[in-house]
Amino acid sequence: MKILVVFKQVPDSTTTIKIRPDGADIDRTGVKFDLNPFDEFAIEQAVQLKEKRSDVESVTALTVGPAHATESLRKALAVGADQGIHLQDDAFGQLDELQTAALIGAVVKDGGYDLILTGKQEIDLDSGQLGPALAECLDLPHIGAVVKLEVAADGKSFVAHRRIEGAEEIVAVPLPALITADKGLCEMRYPSLPNLMKAKRKPVETIAAAGVAGFPALTADVGGMKLHRFQPPPERPPGRIIAGEPEEAVKELVRLLREEAKAL
Amino acid sequence: MSNDILVFAEQRNDTVHPAALQLVTPARALAQKTGGKVIACLIGDAINAAADAVDQTGVDQIICVSDPALAHYSALRYRTALAAVMEKVAPKITLAVASFMGRDLVPRVALRTKAASAVDVVDIQIDESGAVDVTRPLYNGKASCHVDFAAGRPVIVSVRANTFAAPTGGGGAPRESLAFQPAPGDDRITVKEVARTGGEVKDVTEADIIVAGGRALKSEDNFKILYDLAKVLDAAVGASRAACDAGYQPHSRQVGLTGKTVTPKLYLAFGISGAIQHLAGMRGSKTIVAVNTDPEAPLFKVADYGIVGDLFKVVPAFTEAVRQLK
Repeated sequence: MKILVVFKQVPDSTTTIKIRPDGADIDRTGVKFDLNPFDEFAIEQAVQLKEKRSDVESVTALTVGPAHATESLRKALAVGADQGIHLQDDAFGQLDELQTAALIGAVVKDGGYDLILTGKQEIDLDSGQLGPALAECLDLPHIGAVVKLEVAADGKSFVAHRRIEGAEEIVAVPLPALITADKGLCEMRYPSLPNLMKAKRKPVETIAAAGVAGFPALTADVGGMKLHRFQPPPERPPGRIIAGEPEEAVKELVRLLREEAKAL
Repeated sequence: MSNDILVFAEQRNDTVHPAALQLVTPARALAQKTGGKVIACLIGDAINAAADAVDQTGVDQIICVSDPALAHYSALRYRTALAAVMEKVAPKITLAVASFMGRDLVPRVALRTKAASAVDVVDIQIDESGAVDVTRPLYNGKASCHVDFAAGRPVIVSVRANTFAAPTGGGGAPRESLAFQPAPGDDRITVKEVARTGGEVKDVTEADIIVAGGRALKSEDNFKILYDLAKVLDAAVGASRAACDAGYQPHSRQVGLTGKTVTPKLYLAFGISGAIQHLAGMRGSKTIVAVNTDPEAPLFKVADYGIVGDLFKVVPAFTEAVRQLK
């Protein structure tokens, strides 16, 4: 079984987001980047499958991103992925999520991957389109927001638990297939320093636009969405602190919620 | 491409997703600009009651794709069905709910129909030239941006729940059935079981009101006071990551960056300080109430109403006050 994990490097969740004066993007100077947390769950799941099963041939970690995405790729390798693919080109930075899926699809379609894992959502653009879109590009079934994965002993299918509104769906799917990881699937282990050093010796293939057959034509008919006019989130009007003893304060709160906010 | 606006009216078990009805409001505003119709489409098996509910919103036409194979959501079968409806209607814009299903389905359908897509939008406009402009939050609510689309391409977007109010006063829209024709390989996903989680208490992603607690609740037992309040409000119970990590509540109830993102009409936070990751999951709520002993808690900065005080006194008083209203 060959496993592929697709991940993204994103601004750390605690980073203060500032908007560039021209509004074309966020200001990336001084921003700390890290692995997308949902992708971490996917990486850990892939590594655990490799550790627990004798039929997992390899775990490949793939990312599309600028030069500094190498740090996150190294982290994925330190945690246990065997090899990396880094799609790096300014032209790739212009693609929307559907076009990025088409690009990745073109690169991996002949790779013989049986199971593809990625995070449910990326915490920068908050879109979550990449996983389902990549499955569509490769004509694979996909299961989104997986919190539990059990691959069958024969390695030909899996049962996944998927979280939906108010319920958990238990779904059976034959391989090859793609899943997107949700919180609860597994927490990524901490990469140790020796493993981070060893990761430097693991093979990483860096591919630029010229190295992708059919690019950019393969994205011509796909997607076509552009983000612009970034702005800070709409300000919430200043809140009101309701003073008084609990009973009086609660009475006033209930009155405000009914009469002013019309929320009760 | 027609001038019509298509609404994908998500349903499960013949119950339409409440936010799907809300989609008709922006759909109508767009159709008035394009001069087209608002057409709703439902996909499932035995979906008459759901279609009736959609009819009440005043759509111009309803298309049902009903088939036993569509009884449960499958990314493959549903993308085939929705793509078939889109091919038939050729809508300029298709709207879905930014729910699990909508977010799961939209990217696949977009690729299949050569449409451009955007997720979790909170505003959608079209100008005289037919250019579509949507607004959406990103960076976990720390920024917002506009999105434009390649000219002449159909657009499909998922819309954040509770952004619009559902219209009323419709009925009698013509209904049409479209037979489901599976694509090869569509049978690769089999739903074996749908297990309800959280017992009788609603899930945070399906409730209009959320009662959430943080580490200040101090124990799983103490969460009972929140469940009592949730019961009188018909609300869901949520929790901060700290409370879930401490084992007071299961992670399925976690609101926040790696938990669930919620946009209810009312979010009541008790003893939650408001870490940036928690704010990411709930700052889109319509009305926010914070109760905390610490007046410096960051949650007070996004709250519409706050009480600086002991939640163990405020919650029972609140429950009693709501009970007296009924």
